[in-house]
Amino acid sequence: MSEKNGDLLLQVEDLKVSFFTPAGEVKAVGGISYQLHHGEVMGIVGESGSGKSVEAYSIMGLLQSPGRVVGGSITLSGEDVLAYDKHQMRELRGGKVSMIFQNPMTSLNPVYTVGNQIVEALTTHKKVPREEARRRGLEMLELVGINNPEKRMKQYPHELSGGMRQRIMIALALICEPDLLIADEPTTALDVTIQAQILELMKDIQKKTHMAIIFITHNLGVVADICDRVSVMYAGRIVETGTVDEIFYTPTHPYTLGLLRSMPRVDAESYERLIPIQGTPVDMLNPPEGCPFAPRCEHAMKICLNQYPPATQLGEGHMVNCWLMQKDQVLEKEA
Amino acid sequence: MNEANASPTTTAPGDGNVLVEIQNLKKYFPVKGGKGEGRYVRAVEDVSFQIHEGETLGLVGESGCGKTTLGRTIIRLYDPTEGRIFYRGQDITTAKMLPYRRKMQIIFQDPAASLDPRMTVGEIVGEALDIHGLTDTKQDRKDRIAELLSQVGLNSEQANRYPHEFSGGQQQRIGIARALAVQPEFIVCDEPISALDVSIQSQIVNMLEDMQAELKLTYLFIAHDISVVRHISNRIGVMYLGKLVELTESYELNRNPLHPYTQTLLSAVPIPDPQKSREKHRMILEGDIPSPINPPTGCRFHTRCPYAMERCKTEDPPFLEHAPGHFAACHLL
Ligand SMILES: Nc1ncnc2c1ncn2[C@@H]1O[C@H](COP(=O)(O)OP(=O)(O)OP(=O)(O)O)[C@@H](O)[C@H]1O
Ligand SMILES: Nc1ncnc2c1ncn2[C@@H]1O[C@H](COP(=O)(O)OP(=O)(O)OP(=O)(O)O)[C@@H](O)[C@H]1O
Ligand code: SF4
Ligand code: SF4
Ligand SMILES: [Mg+2]
Ligand SMILES: [Mg+2]
Repeated sequence: MSEKNGDLLLQVEDLKVSFFTPAGEVKAVGGISYQLHHGEVMGIVGESGSGKSVEAYSIMGLLQSPGRVVGGSITLSGEDVLAYDKHQMRELRGGKVSMIFQNPMTSLNPVYTVGNQIVEALTTHKKVPREEARRRGLEMLELVGINNPEKRMKQYPHELSGGMRQRIMIALALICEPDLLIADEPTTALDVTIQAQILELMKDIQKKTHMAIIFITHNLGVVADICDRVSVMYAGRIVETGTVDEIFYTPTHPYTLGLLRSMPRVDAESYERLIPIQGTPVDMLNPPEGCPFAPRCEHAMKICLNQYPPATQLGEGHMVNCWLMQKDQVLEKEA
Repeated sequence: MNEANASPTTTAPGDGNVLVEIQNLKKYFPVKGGKGEGRYVRAVEDVSFQIHEGETLGLVGESGCGKTTLGRTIIRLYDPTEGRIFYRGQDITTAKMLPYRRKMQIIFQDPAASLDPRMTVGEIVGEALDIHGLTDTKQDRKDRIAELLSQVGLNSEQANRYPHEFSGGQQQRIGIARALAVQPEFIVCDEPISALDVSIQSQIVNMLEDMQAELKLTYLFIAHDISVVRHISNRIGVMYLGKLVELTESYELNRNPLHPYTQTLLSAVPIPDPQKSREKHRMILEGDIPSPINPPTGCRFHTRCPYAMERCKTEDPPFLEHAPGHFAACHLL
């Protein structure tokens, strides 16, 4: 697989997803675009409700009613995923693309043993004979740091501890050697010591298999630890994207800046008062006109209240959507 | 070195008066049904410390280590199994709690679940005033509710609304207003920001700090996130499987963690700085936390400790003062 390293894997173009609720249309994802290459780890951070999960679910065809893709395209290895039928989608899930969640019970089936589920995944997606599947399953459990894998194979998910279930879910997601792993807050519910174990594990496996990862989290420490690139979402859009170094050392969007300085850091050496982001999160049913961050932004200008800011390219892959980066245009329009 | 099992007296900030003291506190829960029937969850095991007036004492440790149980036992929401609790020098281990309820309050992790959905915000805050008969007239009561809401950054028109009409951060503010209503001296903050969005967490942290300065409050602040706990606390206690394993001044804990468990805990927290993160050497703890029903003998950490020795399996290390105000329990020290 490694010869593909660096080739384009996933292209998302102007993706729009809405939920049609009795109270009105919620534009959960309001037009986002990005590319992901083989072997790349991209983080997605952003406020609760900003559309991180909905965006990821769209790739997997896991959107639930009343949610619908209303615009744009998703292309995986050159194929239009949005045109897939149910059968093709099922082939994709757990095969080429896998997903892990915050709650492992979302992807583990409570009525089958761990062994059953792993063997089943391999025989379905890879047409591997059962004996061979069992052998590979044991290897994978060992790889994710489960001791006594023979015994675990015979157990049901509820008989295992939280950290162990998380590992089993990861084993299950990785057993078919996906090109793309989507991880939605996989360590958020775990203690930091277990989180550290799981992150080390994911980094190890990623190095060996060169899969690409979309890593959704609200924890900036986790992003710095595991990601190559980050996209920062606010109110259904990517407002800034860049390498981890660009986002952490030269953040540009006022929301990114606010996020970075609002929380105390584990490496802080003395007390400094926190600088919160003021105001409350966007009401996605009635988002403000223009830049949705404007009501909370200390730099907001007149134009911000009327028009969504265009993308400005700051470096090769460093993009930001903020009028502050478009001074000339702002002057022209405000005049 | 001093034997400090009874009660670590430490150089604490505040004016030095001890507000809360616990001595050898234990809380066991009986196991109901199943294999464990007849046995106990040893949630808090022999914990002693003092909290000084005006101070924030932080508590950290992994899920299930007994933080919540300890916090609730201190304010007697649970009756202790053994040990003593003192409030301003009064033994309240078995005292009638109503008069002390006014002095000791709690803020919960899940703001939505801790507010009665059928009551308006005004009723929720007002109920606390009524229980203790704190306002004389209707107008008094109304004014006080308005004052409390404005203290937590809400406005008086919002008093007639129901909890579900508020965001998580606002619901937590309501919970805080309710706790403040009775003019408490001591508040147990049990994961007050864990359920909130990151952008709202810092607003609540700043508010708790302002309240403390303004109203001379004393906090026991419980959280998973060691960075937040350090930020808000003067001293931090680290718990493992029901035991207090280390206790010292907040930034000292960072500079000079003595207990191997504290060291692994600190090393596990990811740093929001890519450069430092690449250079960081992680101590990865093996395995999961053992069961508090049948905790390991000797040092409870010995099954996961990278430095465990023979004697750690049988001898429980004493909690000793190794530098002024810096306590830890480990045979290595
Ligand atoms: N089933 C649904 N019905 C209506 N609206 C929904 C539904 N699911 C999600 N939404 C809306 O879509 C938006 C994006 O939700 P999403 O779950 O992607 O957020 P998120 O960024 O993953 O947040 P979190 O960090 O809390 O997981 C939210 O504003 C939410 O209100
Ligand atoms: N009411 C109860 N009855 C029986 N067991 C309990 C009760 N409350 C807590 N426990 C048990 O006591 C132990 C300590 O729990 P506690 O909730 O105090 O931990 P914690 O440190 O607050 O964890 P978390 O970080 O997950 O909130 C756990 O094993 C828990 O299952
Ligand atoms: S576009 Fe305007 S309101 Fe939006 S982040 Fe930039 S300056 Fe602030
Ligand atoms: S007493 Fe022994 S097992 Fe416990 S922390 Fe110290 S070295 Fe480790
Ligand atoms: Mg989500
Ligand atoms: Mg708790």
